Amino acid sequence: MQSAWTLLSWGPEGWLDDIAYGVFITVSLALATLPVGLAIGFLVALAKQSEEASLRLAGNVYTTIFRGLPELLTLFLVFYGAQIGIQKLLQFVSPGATVEVNAFVSGMIALGVVFSSYSSEVFLSAFRAIPRGQYEGGYSIGLSNVQTMRFVILPQLIRIALPGLANLWLILLKDTALVSAIGLSDILRQVGVAARVTKHAFLFFGLAGLIYLALAIISSVGINAIERAVSKQAVRR
Amino acid sequence: MSAVDIVDRPPPPPRGWPRRRVLGYALLALWALLALALVWFLVTAWKPEIFERYAPSYVDGVKVTLLLVAISVAIGAVLSVPIAYARMSNNKVLAAISYAYVYFFRGTPLLAQTFLIYYGLGSFRPALESVGLWVFFREAWYCAIFAFSLNTAAYQAEILRGAIDSVSRGQWEGAAALGLPRWVTLRKIILPQALIVALRPYGNEIILMIKGSAIVAIITVYDLMGVTRLAYARTFDFQTYLWAAIIYLVIVEVLRHGIEWIERRITIHLKR
Repeated sequence: MQSAWTLLSWGPEGWLDDIAYGVFITVSLALATLPVGLAIGFLVALAKQSEEASLRLAGNVYTTIFRGLPELLTLFLVFYGAQIGIQKLLQFVSPGATVEVNAFVSGMIALGVVFSSYSSEVFLSAFRAIPRGQYEGGYSIGLSNVQTMRFVILPQLIRIALPGLANLWLILLKDTALVSAIGLSDILRQVGVAARVTKHAFLFFGLAGLIYLALAIISSVGINAIERAVSKQAVRR
Repeated sequence: MSAVDIVDRPPPPPRGWPRRRVLGYALLALWALLALALVWFLVTAWKPEIFERYAPSYVDGVKVTLLLVAISVAIGAVLSVPIAYARMSNNKVLAAISYAYVYFFRGTPLLAQTFLIYYGLGSFRPALESVGLWVFFREAWYCAIFAFSLNTAAYQAEILRGAIDSVSRGQWEGAAALGLPRWVTLRKIILPQALIVALRPYGNEIILMIKGSAIVAIITVYDLMGVTRLAYARTFDFQTYLWAAIIYLVIVEVLRHGIEWIERRITIHLKR
């Protein structure tokens, strides 16, 4: 029977290096998903606040679908669906070829799509909090549509949307745990391997919980710093 | 000049085909195309023997999913009351313990919590056997209910606390001035107002639980996701996943609209 300290040491005896690799995968997956989800979410929010009814409808369909599906199912749909789809396309080019879809990219797409459907709602409510006069002021000093968005609306939008987006980031961090189900070596999968080999399941899964908590606490500290920095730019009224 | 002329009319909707309308119609056409492709795929992939074999198990899967969520949400609702009470109490120890509980369950993934209970508690098998609890924690189904109840209790406690906090202090003071005991005040004055605020978050929590419950498939509970995974593993037919997606979407949409309907009904007296 090895002691808990040996099990949690760095190197061939312990599992700490494997778990650290899992933390690296989890964090990099979340960081890679964030810009994708933010960008798509912003575009969908633009569509949903448009005056054009058809654009609004198209945006709402997107949100309805990806907010209604379980994240795990979205992940499987992307992972297996992409595999089958690309396979079918490849048959035209070179029959008999097989492809393996990258689990990291699948996870990024699935989590990004889910994240964007939620973030579009956050952006939308932020858009609604900005009075029309801000747009009109931008146009009246001769800014173009894009310039008004970039220099007048966006700085305010980010400030209003930040708390909601921070919440979504914490949810995203937790949702990355699902990629362990499609074989990506994130925290939960590495810990699961360690638990199966050493039979110290409670120790390792408890450790995983503490790591996720630590990531959440570090994120909160970072978010607070960003919020302070952004609110400093705000015009005092 | 009559009053009608002074009224500032909204600008007329743009006519013709501005760029954003073209884009909107193109995107809608894309969605329509995807929907048609889905229908076409499901029609061509239709195999009576697969349907006959797996349709009953899908029905069972839906039942298991709904039952799991219903039981966990009910247990969580009961557990959330003392947690919310402790969270709001002036006793520092109680408040700290309940804060730690809520922080842990909201800060870690539900999947990790489920694993911790299903696999982790196996480490204490001798101890659990000696108190006769092993029969309970051996079953994936009971572990799932246990984990989900603890998880949703933390979220529901926060919903309850937020809702009670949202009722202004003046309501408490007014009731105290009338000589009502605290318990009666809470039950007859605070809760009716708080629950209106809490309805939407509660509805969201149920929807999140339905979606979150898909992960029990990983610990071998045969809910909707579980039967889907089994069917896919046996047939390698992608339509198994598509049917699951459609069923989940229908369940979530029905719930969402149901909650909106209830909200419209109970806030009728607030409309002006």
